[in-house]
Amino acid sequence: MNILVILVPCSLLLGLGALAAFVWTIRNNQYDDMEGDAHRILLDDTYDMAPPAASKPQK
Amino acid sequence: MIAACPACSASPANYAEPGDTGAPTHQLYLPTIHCAGCIQTVESTLRALPGIEAARVNLSLRRVAVTAPFNADPTPWIDALAGAGIEAHEADLADTSDSRDRDILMRLGVAGFAMMNVMLLSVAIWSGATDATRDLFHWISGAIAIPAAMFSAQPFFKNAWTALGARRVNMDVPISLAILLALGMSVYETSAGGEHAYFDAALSLTFFLLAGRVLDQRMRTAARSAAQDLAALEPRRAIVLRGENRESTAVSDLAIGDEIWLAAGGRVPVEARLTAGSVQVDRSLLTGESDPIRIDLGDTLYSGDVTLTGPITATVTTVGEDTMLRSIMQLVARAESAKSRYSGLADRAARAYVPIVHLTAFAAFAGWLIMTGDVRYALNVAVATLIITCPCALGLAVPAVAAAATGGLFRRGLLVKSDTALERLASIDTVVFDKTGTLTRPTLTAPDTLGRDACAVLKALAMQSDHPLSKSLVKTLGDIAPARLGNITEIAGTGVQATYNGETVRLGRGDWIGTDDATAFQFGDSWPLHVTEHLLPGARGGIEQLEAMGLSLHVLTGDNATKADALGRELGLTTVIADVGPKEKLSYIEGLQAKGHHVLMVGDGLNDVAALTAADAAISPGTALEASRSAADVVLVSGQIELVSEAITTAKLAHRLILQNFGLAAAYNMVAIPLAVCGFASPLMAALAMSTSSITVTLNALRAR
Repeated sequence: MNILVILVPCSLLLGLGALAAFVWTIRNNQYDDMEGDAHRILLDDTYDMAPPAASKPQK
Repeated sequence: MIAACPACSASPANYAEPGDTGAPTHQLYLPTIHCAGCIQTVESTLRALPGIEAARVNLSLRRVAVTAPFNADPTPWIDALAGAGIEAHEADLADTSDSRDRDILMRLGVAGFAMMNVMLLSVAIWSGATDATRDLFHWISGAIAIPAAMFSAQPFFKNAWTALGARRVNMDVPISLAILLALGMSVYETSAGGEHAYFDAALSLTFFLLAGRVLDQRMRTAARSAAQDLAALEPRRAIVLRGENRESTAVSDLAIGDEIWLAAGGRVPVEARLTAGSVQVDRSLLTGESDPIRIDLGDTLYSGDVTLTGPITATVTTVGEDTMLRSIMQLVARAESAKSRYSGLADRAARAYVPIVHLTAFAAFAGWLIMTGDVRYALNVAVATLIITCPCALGLAVPAVAAAATGGLFRRGLLVKSDTALERLASIDTVVFDKTGTLTRPTLTAPDTLGRDACAVLKALAMQSDHPLSKSLVKTLGDIAPARLGNITEIAGTGVQATYNGETVRLGRGDWIGTDDATAFQFGDSWPLHVTEHLLPGARGGIEQLEAMGLSLHVLTGDNATKADALGRELGLTTVIADVGPKEKLSYIEGLQAKGHHVLMVGDGLNDVAALTAADAAISPGTALEASRSAADVVLVSGQIELVSEAITTAKLAHRLILQNFGLAAAYNMVAIPLAVCGFASPLMAALAMSTSSITVTLNALRAR
């Protein structure tokens, strides 16, 4: 059972990683227009990779 | 930005400040966009225009956010989009990324993360971990669950606290109690080396209920922004004459004494006095009368009037709140008090449910205490009962159905504005219609004696003009092929002139053509063109559908009895009541309600506002005045009356599904409560009951689409 000392923190770290990624997607306005994003995948242009983050000026 | 709370740092206030680069400065409402092609057209059209730094379409909200210099005039952009075939309107700069939306999403994410990890540990315990391993897993679960639940379940705690402060009970009270008791008891059990800990149950409860809240929130955000978009269809810019110059000014910036210029077919934005010539206006939105009214020099134009001839100049006399509106508001205030008494199904369910749950849990506690004298065991059973009966499925039952139903209606062009609108709509048995603007529209019609050749010429002429009456004339002429004309010239505010086979033909104002009629057509002789009322397309079908549903239909109109009777005959309706003012409309609705009927009012004008407010449910077309739209529960974005029956059908379906969901949740409880009270409940059983009932309820709700 000593393996638990490694495996439990491992699973927690993985979970925390996913949570951090989720926080990043929220802060990056990625849930503002889910319908539009579903359609944008069909567009060839890639000049607009990320939505403009209104809280962070682009310049 | 350093913030202790992840929800706060995830949802900073993000309103654009002057001088802030990159943030959107303008928003346009694009009611017709629907696909990837539209997104590309809009964005590339706007980006090609001078002065625009960035443009980003939000397809969910049907808006485009534009970054440009702060005081730029969006009129050329709207024209450019119209050139690309896309309808656009200037909209208020709203915060599209709603901070409340992000806040609750963040809490859902944290609850989800914690739930998954604790579940993982719980599975190990359920599959047989014992002694030190079990205690270790319980402690780790607790270390994750307690902070996560404290953060994620805050909305429930706050609501429960507010409700208790007001000496009321809502669904959040048993939820908060179950979460807190489950955590507290689990910590105690763990420290005593006990077998059962409910950390996973506390978290999955939070997670499922937050999912319900997210659905609720999304639905409200969409409805709110769509309601703002309808305001974007109102005149927002007026052309002000300053000396020789014509300036385009926002309506909100108009001042008393400004001289405004209005093209034919425009809606008057504010109350103003005519300063030159005379004009015919359609005042049906205010009075319900469909006949055009002649306004002479010095007379007052009200906001909501639509000019039929023009162009005109007028001096602004009142800004801000309309004087006409104020008199109506007194009636509205009287009607409002009746509606606020309605309480939603969820609240009523909570009121019945909460005492039962709490009494059962208390009875279990008391029973076991008397029988065994073991306080710890009795408490264990009571908490297990509370957790298992916790209204997880009940908390999802209403929002999941409402989200699915309003989402489905939204895609079909029906905007549900209020929370309880669907429930109230489901109960109605009587529909009262306003006539003008809702069922009929004034249309210009050609005399029956006009020959086929002449009709073709008339249609070709009418097609040259953007005037609303010309457009209606084109429609009434149906499938006649337009004639080929030469030398077409449009004389602004007067009419259209052209040559046909070397002969001059004209369509326009009577005094220009040389007759006494308001509008005339010259083709050899001159022919008078009359404004008559026509049923809106779809009105007849809509009425028939409603009749087939067994609803009793009434029509109220401010028009005279002759017109009312004609409409009644055309639609086969018997209860058409003429010469009704705003006050009579209100008392008519109240009369029906006094007889025990549940009334749906469909209307668009200022004269309907009081009646819309008093009725059990109210529907307004998107073309209605802002006052009527805000009084209505449901707005028909496209104004198609046949959608009314669809709204009622969906509301009835949603009502049935909500009741079914309550039934399903109760059925789960009926099985689970005896087991819990008898002391057979385990954390595994709680987890299973909670997840299966929540999933069943959500799947059932999806049928409302």
